Order: sequence, then C-alpha cells, then structure tokens
Amino acid sequence: MAVLDELTTRGGPASAPADRVRARPALLLLPALVLLLAFFVYPVLTMVWRSLTDPEPGLGNFGWFFTEPANLRVLARTFTTGLWVTLITLALSYPYAYAMTAAGQRGKAVLTLLVLVPFWTSLMVRTFAWQVLLQDTGVVNRALALVGLGPAHLIRTETGVIIGMTQVLMPFMVLPLYAVLSGIDLGLVRAARSLGARPVVAFLRVYLPLSMPGLAAGALMVFILSLGFYITPALLGSPTDALLSQQIFTQVSGLLRWGRGGAMGVVLLVATLVLIGLATLAQRRPARRRGTS
Amino acid sequence: MRLARGALWVFCGLVGVWLVAPALIVLPLSLTSQASLVFPPRGWSGRWYANFFHDASWIGAFWTSLQVALLVTVVATVIGTAAAIGLTRGQGRGLVAANALILSPMIVPGIVFAIGSYATFLSLHLVGTLGGFVMAHTVLALPFVVIPVTARLRGFDRRLELASASLGAGRWATFGQVTLPLVAPGVLAGALFAFVTSFDEVVVSLFIQSPYLQTLPVKMYSSVSRDTDPTIAAAASMIIVLTTVLVLVASYLTVRRSRVR
Repeated sequence: MAVLDELTTRGGPASAPADRVRARPALLLLPALVLLLAFFVYPVLTMVWRSLTDPEPGLGNFGWFFTEPANLRVLARTFTTGLWVTLITLALSYPYAYAMTAAGQRGKAVLTLLVLVPFWTSLMVRTFAWQVLLQDTGVVNRALALVGLGPAHLIRTETGVIIGMTQVLMPFMVLPLYAVLSGIDLGLVRAARSLGARPVVAFLRVYLPLSMPGLAAGALMVFILSLGFYITPALLGSPTDALLSQQIFTQVSGLLRWGRGGAMGVVLLVATLVLIGLATLAQRRPARRRGTS
Repeated sequence: MRLARGALWVFCGLVGVWLVAPALIVLPLSLTSQASLVFPPRGWSGRWYANFFHDASWIGAFWTSLQVALLVTVVATVIGTAAAIGLTRGQGRGLVAANALILSPMIVPGIVFAIGSYATFLSLHLVGTLGGFVMAHTVLALPFVVIPVTARLRGFDRRLELASASLGAGRWATFGQVTLPLVAPGVLAGALFAFVTSFDEVVVSLFIQSPYLQTLPVKMYSSVSRDTDPTIAAAASMIIVLTTVLVLVASYLTVRRSRVR
C-alpha cells in the first residue's frame, strides 16, 4: 500500500492534485465530528459541569456521594453485582467457547448463532420476557419445583438481575475467548500429557495460561458493561437493591437533583474509563513481553 | 473421555436454551387468549394484535419509532460512510482521536449520556421532539455504520480506484462506479444496524420523551411496570420479527462479503 502511494504521488505535475486529494478525505469526518461534539461531548460535559456547580459551585455533590453510607452501599452493590455477573459469565463461557473450538463446522455455526441471539434481541423485549419467565408462577419456577429445588423467589431479587445481565453479556465473553482458544496449539497440551502431567495439571499449567489474553479481555469487557446497566436491574431487580444507574435516574428524573445525579454519573464514567485504561495496558504488556524474550 | 464430551455437549445445549429462551417465548405469549401473561398459554387468539392496532398510544408509539429509526438510518449512514472514508483515506495524527471519539458512544454508560442529553435538550427545547430523538439515536448508531464500512474500505484493493482514474474517470465517477459498489455491502449492513440500534433504544429515549411523543420501547417500558396486558407481548413480537429479519439480512451481507474475497 505504501509503495503504491509513493508511486502515485511521485513525479512533478501529479503531486499538486495528489496533495489536494489527500487533504480532502479528512474533511469527510467533519459532519460526524460536529454531530458528536454537539450531541455527545457537549451533553456529557454538561453533566460534569452540573455535578460541580449545582446547586452551588464546589465539590459538595462528591462530598455528599462519598460520605452518605447509602451511596457507598449502592456503589459496592454495583461492583459486587458486576463481579458476580463476570464470574458466572466466565464459568458458562469458558466451556462453551472450548466446545466451539472442538466442534465441527456445523456445530460451530450453531453455537455461534445461539450466542449471538441475545445480541440482537431488543433489550426491552428480552427484559420483558425474563419478567414473565422468572415470575413466581413462571416456567423457571415450575421447572425448579419439578426437580425439587423450588419454588424460589427470583423476580425483584438480585438473582433475577444477575440472570438477566449474564444472558445478554455472554457474547462479549464468548467471542474474545473463542478467538484466543481457537489459536491454541493442542499439541502443547498433548506434549505435557506425554511428559507425565495429569489432565488437570496440563490444563492449569499449559492451556489456561495460554487462554489468559482472551479471558482477561472478555472479563474486563463484561465487568465494564455491567456497571452501566439500567433497564435490566430496574425491571428485574428490587427498588431497595438499586444499582448506581437507577440511583442516577432517581436523582435526576424523580428528585431533580441534577448536581447529585451528575456527580454519580461522573463516578460511573470515571470508573468505566479507568477500567478501559487498565484493559488497554493489560493487552499491551503481553505483546511487549513476547517481543523482548 | 467420551463421558466428558457428552457432558460438555449437554452443558452447551442447556446454555443455548437459556440464551434463546427469552426471544422464543415472546411469540406464543402474544397469541394467548387469556388476559394475563402466562407461559405457556392455554388458548390461542389474535386479539392482542387487534388491540395493538386499535390503541392510539401503541400504534402512535410504533409510528414514532419507525419514523425516528428511518431518519436515523439515513443520517447515520450518510455521515458514517463519509467519516469511514475520511478515517481510511485521510492522514494525520488526529485520525486516531477522531476514531476514538466516534466509537466512544459504545462505551460511555447509557445513563450518563442520557442525563447529559436530557439537560442539553431541556435548554434547546428538543425534549419530546422528533429531531431530538433522531440526533441522540444517530450518535449511538454512528459506530455501527463506521465499523463495517471502515472494514470494507480497508479490505479492498485501492489499485482499482487508481485504474479507474488512470482510464480517465473523474473523482466522482470513480467514487460512484468503483468505490461505492465495492463498499456497498458494508454500507448496507451499517444502515440496517443503525435502524435496529434506533428502533431498540430505551435508556436515552426514556429521558428525552414527552407524554405526546414516545417511541415503542419507551411505551413498553411504561406498560411493563404498570400492567400485565398481553398487548405488550404483541408489541414485543413485532419488534423481534422486524429486528430478526433486518439482522439476518445484515449478517448475510457481511458473510457474503468474505466469500466474494
């Protein structure tokens, strides 16, 4: 590509129009950037500004957020829910992604299709369906009763929220895991086995470390996305177990406390950005290590 | 060993059922003859669909959603395709930042964008307007256009454009007759994803709606928390059928792309 560019831009008369051609493509970004500045960057900055100025200038809203025990409980609950969702998603996705690598062409296609279904089932439709499935007289409870485990109270509990969130976040874990697992040379595992390693040891010492990049990428993505969920906890959870997004909604929409809602929004945004920064760093480091060793 | 394999497949089967269950129960749920949401239904009837089409608030919300989604599709596809060309053909350090900015609506939590938009729209008098919905949804849909179009532009041989230019075609003729047909599947996939993104959006729409202008997911949200009328299931089924068809078409286009190459 670079060679071609050089070939086409070299030479006397061609170079002047070539410069013009090159300057123009970047201008095509202008409409998108103007739209994003006006309807994305400006609104988000407005929220940050409100958190610092409403009702009066200063850090009062952040002081309120970090000293009120109820808020800290919400923050802690948001993180623990995210952690549970990440762990369960991982536990379900690891064998699933492994099966995708072991399956034949058709099996792999079916498994991929299934895991993509939650991706494009409308969020509202999916949450509504979980509400029906998880209700006290719903199918899930009747199935649980059949095997002697139920009836359990699922709707309007943290369990219900975790079930609903895990289902929709599966693709974000399965796809990066599959990308890494499908590249692992199973000959390495066989070599470990032939050298006398028990299956468990071969898995823990060879396969698992090799799958770490996909595992870390998927887990971080799921955790980050889980922090911002609003609809699922609002409809499947209980109002007394509210997560950060719900509290923001209540502050702004119900109580018109723009400053407080904004401060909570800033906390959520900063947590998200810090985690994304960590994810980027974590992805860069293994590459460097490989490069030097 | 064979036992472990069997267990793995049973496990995957169960996970698969759990993944698709919500999408699958909605359709039978909407065809129930009863006035409550019980699955599986005990009798069949189309009366909830009749209800949907006769209730002004449901059908109104449906039209609003359709209008907003179509406008978002046009705006996001045009702006997004232009941006993708700028990103792949432009030069300079600013491109990395521009790319990050275009993709950031995918990562910023919905509620953060929602309250920011609400504050901005209140001062601009855009709350409860068609224009407000279109602008907010376009921001969210842009990454879904830019990603497939950029992939498509990076994938094709630019010598085809040079050949066209060297054969005497002007810049616009080259764009219209060479570049556009080659990236068309990416553009079309992007347009369909933009439509679906807008048609499904709830969180931002909850804030920028008014009692006089609601989208379908917002109407669903308010009825889900209020009553247990199966009309919701009828609305949900129509959303599912529409988005499924669109997503299947979009995926077919992206799959065919890799096969052509």
